[in-house]
Amino acid sequence: MTLEKHKYDVVIIGAGGAGLRAAVEAREAGLSVAIVCKSLFGKAHTVMAEGGAAASMGNVNDNDNWMVHFRDTMRGGKFLNHYRMAELHAKEAPDRIWELEMWGALFDRTNEGKISQRNFGGHEYPRLAHVGDRTGLELIRTMQQRIVALQQQDAKEHGDAEKNMKVFAEVTITEILKENGKIAGAYGYRRESGSEVLFQAPAVVIATGGVGKTFKITSNSWEGTGDGHALALKAGANLVDMEFLQFHPTGMVWPLSVKGILVTESVRGEGGILTNSLGERFMFKYIPDVFIDKYADNEAEADRWYEDQDNNRRPPELLPRDEVARAINSEVKAGRGTEHGGVFLDVSKRLSAEVIKKRLPSMWHQFYELAGVDITKEPMEVGPTCHYVMGGVEVEPDSAAAVGVPGLFAAGEVAGGMHGSNRLGGNSLTDLLVFGRRAGKGAADYVKANGANPVSDAAIEKAAAKIEAPFTSTGGENAYTLHQELQEITHNLVGIIRTGAELTEAIEKIADIRKRSGNISVTGDRKFNPGFHLAFDLDNMLLVAESTAKSALLREESRGGHTRDDFPGMNSTWRQVNHISSFDGDKVSIKSQPLPVLPKELFDLFDVHELEKYMTSAEIAKGGSN
Amino acid sequence: MARTLKLRIWRGDDKTGGLQDVTVEANHGEVVLDIIHRVQATQMGDLAVRWNCKAGKCGSCSMEINGKPRLACMTQVASYPEDEVITITPLRAFPVIKDLVTDVSFNYKKAMEIPAVVMPEGMKPGEPRMQQVDVERSQEFRKCIECFLCQNTCHVIRDHEENKKSFSGPRFFIRIAELDMHPLDMLRNRKKTAQEEHGLGFCNITKCCTEVCPEHIKITDNAIIPMKERVADEKYDPVRWLGSKIRRREEVL
Amino acid sequence: MATGVFSEGRAKIAQRTLRTDKWWIQPLITVGVLFSFIVYATWRALENAHYYAEPLISPFYSPCLSTTCVSGSSLLGTPFGHILIFGMVLSPAFIILIFPLGFRMTCYYYRKAYFRSFWMSPPACAVAEPHAKYTGETKAPLIVNNGHRYFFYIGLVFNTLLTIDAFLAFKNPEGQWGHMSLGTVVLLLNATFLWGYSASCHSCRHAIGGRLRHFSKHPFRYKAWTIVSKLNTKHQNFAWVSLIWVAFSDFFVRMVSLHPTWNKYFF
Repeated sequence: MTLEKHKYDVVIIGAGGAGLRAAVEAREAGLSVAIVCKSLFGKAHTVMAEGGAAASMGNVNDNDNWMVHFRDTMRGGKFLNHYRMAELHAKEAPDRIWELEMWGALFDRTNEGKISQRNFGGHEYPRLAHVGDRTGLELIRTMQQRIVALQQQDAKEHGDAEKNMKVFAEVTITEILKENGKIAGAYGYRRESGSEVLFQAPAVVIATGGVGKTFKITSNSWEGTGDGHALALKAGANLVDMEFLQFHPTGMVWPLSVKGILVTESVRGEGGILTNSLGERFMFKYIPDVFIDKYADNEAEADRWYEDQDNNRRPPELLPRDEVARAINSEVKAGRGTEHGGVFLDVSKRLSAEVIKKRLPSMWHQFYELAGVDITKEPMEVGPTCHYVMGGVEVEPDSAAAVGVPGLFAAGEVAGGMHGSNRLGGNSLTDLLVFGRRAGKGAADYVKANGANPVSDAAIEKAAAKIEAPFTSTGGENAYTLHQELQEITHNLVGIIRTGAELTEAIEKIADIRKRSGNISVTGDRKFNPGFHLAFDLDNMLLVAESTAKSALLREESRGGHTRDDFPGMNSTWRQVNHISSFDGDKVSIKSQPLPVLPKELFDLFDVHELEKYMTSAEIAKGGSN
Repeated sequence: MARTLKLRIWRGDDKTGGLQDVTVEANHGEVVLDIIHRVQATQMGDLAVRWNCKAGKCGSCSMEINGKPRLACMTQVASYPEDEVITITPLRAFPVIKDLVTDVSFNYKKAMEIPAVVMPEGMKPGEPRMQQVDVERSQEFRKCIECFLCQNTCHVIRDHEENKKSFSGPRFFIRIAELDMHPLDMLRNRKKTAQEEHGLGFCNITKCCTEVCPEHIKITDNAIIPMKERVADEKYDPVRWLGSKIRRREEVL
Repeated sequence: MATGVFSEGRAKIAQRTLRTDKWWIQPLITVGVLFSFIVYATWRALENAHYYAEPLISPFYSPCLSTTCVSGSSLLGTPFGHILIFGMVLSPAFIILIFPLGFRMTCYYYRKAYFRSFWMSPPACAVAEPHAKYTGETKAPLIVNNGHRYFFYIGLVFNTLLTIDAFLAFKNPEGQWGHMSLGTVVLLLNATFLWGYSASCHSCRHAIGGRLRHFSKHPFRYKAWTIVSKLNTKHQNFAWVSLIWVAFSDFFVRMVSLHPTWNKYFF
């Protein structure tokens, strides 16, 4: 069998929002681009985003601007964000939305005919450009159609649509290749046939999205196996702050078919209440001191809030995501959960069937069609679900270049730093576009400056041997079983509430599975063989899990998407530290690295009393860098 | 509430293949895709199936269940009687690759043949103004998740391989309709090309595309028929044809 | 060479369909009803009698345009004299029935109905059709379906005439106004259903507003379009109800012509 070889200027791994935006940018800079994705073109996890894309266009409230958006993002991330990424994101998001419109996106409109914007948790003004509750689909389809449009241009000018840009769908990349310390290409296999593919390219953009499939209950699709995180680690790049994972408080836990699928926050906004198996409305017990003046401490007042929001405090069901997730988790751990390990979320008692169907149409459909549950009559069972990873590849904010590996770039969920310890809803879609574009441009600039970097035969042979391994192994381990075991470990020990002891246990157990994963044998041949595919995905998930568990063990505080039962408070000295994961070919090690200091002009955007909640007095006294 | 389920799953490739009997446990509330995953994990490690989101939003797990084109993630096991054997096959309008996975590249080729939106010359990002009522029709078509069930069920190509070259299929008729109804699109030959290049005339309105659409897009009533009427305006209606020559109505409208 | 679901490269499955439900019932019912209607309508057109019972006229014969028409039944006069075919007088029903027939033959709903049931192209979704070749509506004669709107316009004329017929039914057999009978109700309903069928027509929806690009610039047409769009979702129901009621109206007039007492007067 001869090896399929391709030469491109830039290889983009992942065809979600970030990958496609990067592809467009690199192509428009005059380079040849390969887009490689595990699924069919247009199926990426980006389609799952519902709420919208946050950009301070000020269409609905003209007080909005990038500075307000920047502040909101930093607050949401509890000031662990890389300030420069948050700044670039807030400044460039509106342009990225507007250009989508030029490419055919049809957002919902205001009365003036501008792009409409909606409110969302943590955003001071209505800021989310949206299309009903399918904004992610609109974004991915628009990008997909933009790619097609550029290909049509090439077809017209050169007679070959795929001359400058080609999509390699259903291809898994197993290794990023380097020569002389710089990127030289990528190696993988076609899922369809199992045959191997070599891409020679001096620049690689990783845009592979998240890691949700590492966990048992997740809102992520099968693709969220942390491929990019692991590929980057193996290529010598670093991951930053892998301990931060966002658990959405209300994912489905039952029926099994919908386990992990999101139940939108609006269900609670519309009056959904949370109860445990004793029928107790438990959220009243979980209002933290800092919120006591904003949230009702009795049912009567909470109920009145829906009618009169000025004279009553909010119901505790509407506490921030992390608080609600922790409360549900505690109830279940205390044995007051439902039969299937969740709690009840009920809108049927407060609202009439008609109103529910009108205000929550997609939720009603989701439950009725996917689960046979009529939410106008019966409660839903919900529990926290792994939703998003804030940690990711450490990058230079301006170029999205991965730190330490010339020629490697990362954008989107796979990149770290932008969201700090907790992401605001709506910020991920614009993150994809802003940094997808910057990665594409960064890669283009790099290629123009550096030129080609040929791959050696030795590197190819090594990569090929790795792919053959599961077929020659007689170890007899089953990839599906190991995956399930890993998910049990992460769910029980590295989940939403963590302790030092459990994390230590998890690290040992993950190492054990890693050892066993060397003995995975695959049945059947190479042709579209999911067992074979899982063997590679599993290897990536193991690295991610190890990195998360180890980072989490080191961080002795609770902040955003990282909660330590043994260190419940937020600690300002820990805010000054990022955790950097690196990989030596055998195990992941973590080192602490000081967080870049907020420059004075950004520091001054905040009220100093607010900063005092997050920063040490020494930092406040200094008043930012410069 | 486990139940034992009898399945017949088609396994094979483009040369040979057939239905294989499988018995597997099913739990309350599971969908067919859950069952396929269980078969994969416990009995057939190499059973090929496409899927992604498992929430009816990506359109990957298209297959035929008891002969009907469906998304496996949106098909409740409980919707079949206890004693019914569930037959699962790949899509039958496209070449099979392996087991439940088919080669849907036909659709990507057709997508390439439809020019993208052309915004008015000189219009800059941020400048477009469109009213909600003017974008709503196109928005319905943009709900499409590209599961290609409509393409698969359309008899024009399902039953006549030779028509594939001259017929783009329902998914692309809604794309053309979306662009033709776009309030700002400047490319105004879409009706003509719909009829002459994409084979709109092949459609005989038998509505199977609408019947199988998991997004409940009214493909026939809201896209294909309006497009046929718009084509009639230009090609088959002498009065309107004359009118358009005299007044260039398109601009006025 | 095998084509369709048996084409080279597609999954090798011997059955034309694996559907387990009773997919053949729907086309069977359609064939049954449409066939019965055609038989009845043809017989009644050939009968050339019992279509007028003052003041009721059968919708199959209105407007009656031939000099052979029963006296009093020719609302619009008799411009056609009478037409002979092979020495036999052509029933005046045939002169006009061609138009409503054309309207229904080219109707977007009936196309689905007859292509599925009579032509089995396809008989039901994902059930392979029996034909080796298929060109749809790209060639004559089916290309005529693109002219549906003209039949729609003509249909409006007929609707108007049949509405007038219904109003004339407020007379008594002696020609005095201000009376109402079972026949009045039957013809009023007939006109209503036909208007419903026309108003919900896809060509109507297109003409009233569907062809516009900017609804926002035409608020009244937009409003009209939303109303027609709502009716349009019921086009199938209107198609069947109006068809059956036309036949029933004719049957009723025939019976009244034979047994005048059947037409009970309310006042």
